[in-house]
Amino acid sequence: MSTAVETAAQAELADQPISPRHGFIRSVVFGQPACFVGVSVVIAFTLIAIFAPLLEPYSVTQQVGKVYQPPSSQHWLGTDDGGIDVFSELIAGARVSMLVGFAGAAVAMLIGGLVGLISGFYGGKSDIFLMRITDYFLVIPDVPLMIVAAAIFGRSLTNIIIIIGVIYWTSTARLIRAQVKSVRERVYVKRARALGAGNRRLMRSHVLPQVTPLLIANTVLMIATAIFAETYISFLGLGDPSTISWGRMIQNSLQGGAIFYKAWWAIIPPGLMVTIIILASTMVGTSIEDALNPRLKVGHLSVRRFRLRPLVGRPGAD
Amino acid sequence: MRGMDYIIKRTIFALITVFVTISLNFVLFRAVPGSAVSGLKCLHCTKQFKEAITKQYGLDKSKWEQYVVYLQRLAHGDLGTSIADNRPVWDDIKQPLLNTLPMIAVGTIVSILLGVLSGVIAAWRRGTKLVDTGNMWTALTFYAAPTQWIGLLVIFYVAIPLGLPAAGISSNTLGLFGSASEWAILQDRFNHLLLPALTLGIGLYGEYSLIVRSSMLETLGEDYVLTARAKGLPNWAIVWKHGLRNAMLPLITLIALSLGYIVAGAIVVEDVFSYPGIGLATIDALNKRDYPVLEGIFLVLTLAVIAANFVADILYFVFDPRVTT
Repeated sequence: MSTAVETAAQAELADQPISPRHGFIRSVVFGQPACFVGVSVVIAFTLIAIFAPLLEPYSVTQQVGKVYQPPSSQHWLGTDDGGIDVFSELIAGARVSMLVGFAGAAVAMLIGGLVGLISGFYGGKSDIFLMRITDYFLVIPDVPLMIVAAAIFGRSLTNIIIIIGVIYWTSTARLIRAQVKSVRERVYVKRARALGAGNRRLMRSHVLPQVTPLLIANTVLMIATAIFAETYISFLGLGDPSTISWGRMIQNSLQGGAIFYKAWWAIIPPGLMVTIIILASTMVGTSIEDALNPRLKVGHLSVRRFRLRPLVGRPGAD
Repeated sequence: MRGMDYIIKRTIFALITVFVTISLNFVLFRAVPGSAVSGLKCLHCTKQFKEAITKQYGLDKSKWEQYVVYLQRLAHGDLGTSIADNRPVWDDIKQPLLNTLPMIAVGTIVSILLGVLSGVIAAWRRGTKLVDTGNMWTALTFYAAPTQWIGLLVIFYVAIPLGLPAAGISSNTLGLFGSASEWAILQDRFNHLLLPALTLGIGLYGEYSLIVRSSMLETLGEDYVLTARAKGLPNWAIVWKHGLRNAMLPLITLIALSLGYIVAGAIVVEDVFSYPGIGLATIDALNKRDYPVLEGIFLVLTLAVIAANFVADILYFVFDPRVTT
């Protein structure tokens, strides 16, 4: 398979020698097997999430079998503590988990991208002000803050998405700021300014396209973080009570005494799904980042990808 | 001395962060329109009763006055009073904190040992399919798996077959027949602490392993490692004395900085193992809607993380004096 992929990638590169931006993402996806597998998994999970109602063999709100029935030809993954088909729940859970992942990442990207763009492009006082706020946000531990926010603002899906987005925008902001700062000084941007382009036009047509691949890579990584955060929130009983997600399924298996019934089929699948989707999006995100910045591949410069905080306030760490 | 400059700067930053956190804490818990009292519903909650409580908690004053009172009380170490049991919040969360600390300590040590060992071996045997690639995928998988799920698997596949305790902090039967000896109590405590700590360690080791590996790779390429090799030093001396010592530099600060994630892991791990620490206290406060306690826990956890960040900044300077900004 890999040879076919490689030739396809070479064909891609040959076809589009110019157009660096679109061709770039494509060449990474088709050129690196790990990234290709990751993208395939993310797309497959997204399709499952979209077509969930059509794919579920049973209803997830009705009891269809005995409690903790082992896997059989009728119920591929058995039933849970309420006699609900686990396989159907897994598909329905994909919908909520992927939605939270994508939407949460989108909110984080929007806030982080905007703050990073403004901060990096204008510099000066607004930069100092915005980066100070980012520094404070970075230090506050995310999960306790998430718990408190979810407890105070209520347990709807929309709230959870907003909370996740509002908490995780900081790393994106720092990353985009650093990139924008370097792009801003490039000759072609200065030339465009000399030709009379205003700040808005410069940002939209000259700076933003250059940081887009990085933003995409960061968003893909953020999807993993958001799905992870959702499992935490749901596991602590702060998820939307009317929906089923993978995090909620893990909680159900603990609360419902799946261990006592030795019902491995209720415990393993949801966690496995979360692990797979996070592995997949990590592979995609890091592949694009590595291709963008080969320095990331070596050394501890790549700490950020392992969700560790950058050393706060240290300019060299950007 | 330029170093003092740096330390003063970091101290000021830490102090401002503490103040911002305290203010955020105040705003967050009072962001919902109406006060905690107006939402109260119970049989004896008459209008007079509500007014009395409103006065008792000072909710009839303006937000600014409340803020000033809040700061004054915090300065005296007063975190407020629990709604659920009417005890001072600090008394409610002191014991859970003390229970959590040894668990987190053991878990962190497990994760550092696992991470450093596997990272160093992977870096030394770099490029090999079995060791290097195998370790990378194992580490990535554990990094990607939700901690609470790892906990469930540990109960299922480790605790039950081995007969280790998987719930609580001590056995009910311990003091049943006469008082138990100190040693027996300690051993019982350790047995209960082992599995939660192990779960936390496994959940954290993945990222340490990957960081140690890449940091080691960089160090092993340095000239002094080549010199050490040319001197004919044995492999273990090159790796452990010359390589790891220098590769540890980023790791030391990264461990301190990852305290936020350790805290997050501890909360869910304690839930899985019903370990009566700060995580279980959080969940308990959530279920009882005991906001003062929740507020206190959030404040204590955040301050702990800020303190760890501050220590990391200072440590970084101690180990690498080139950092001065």
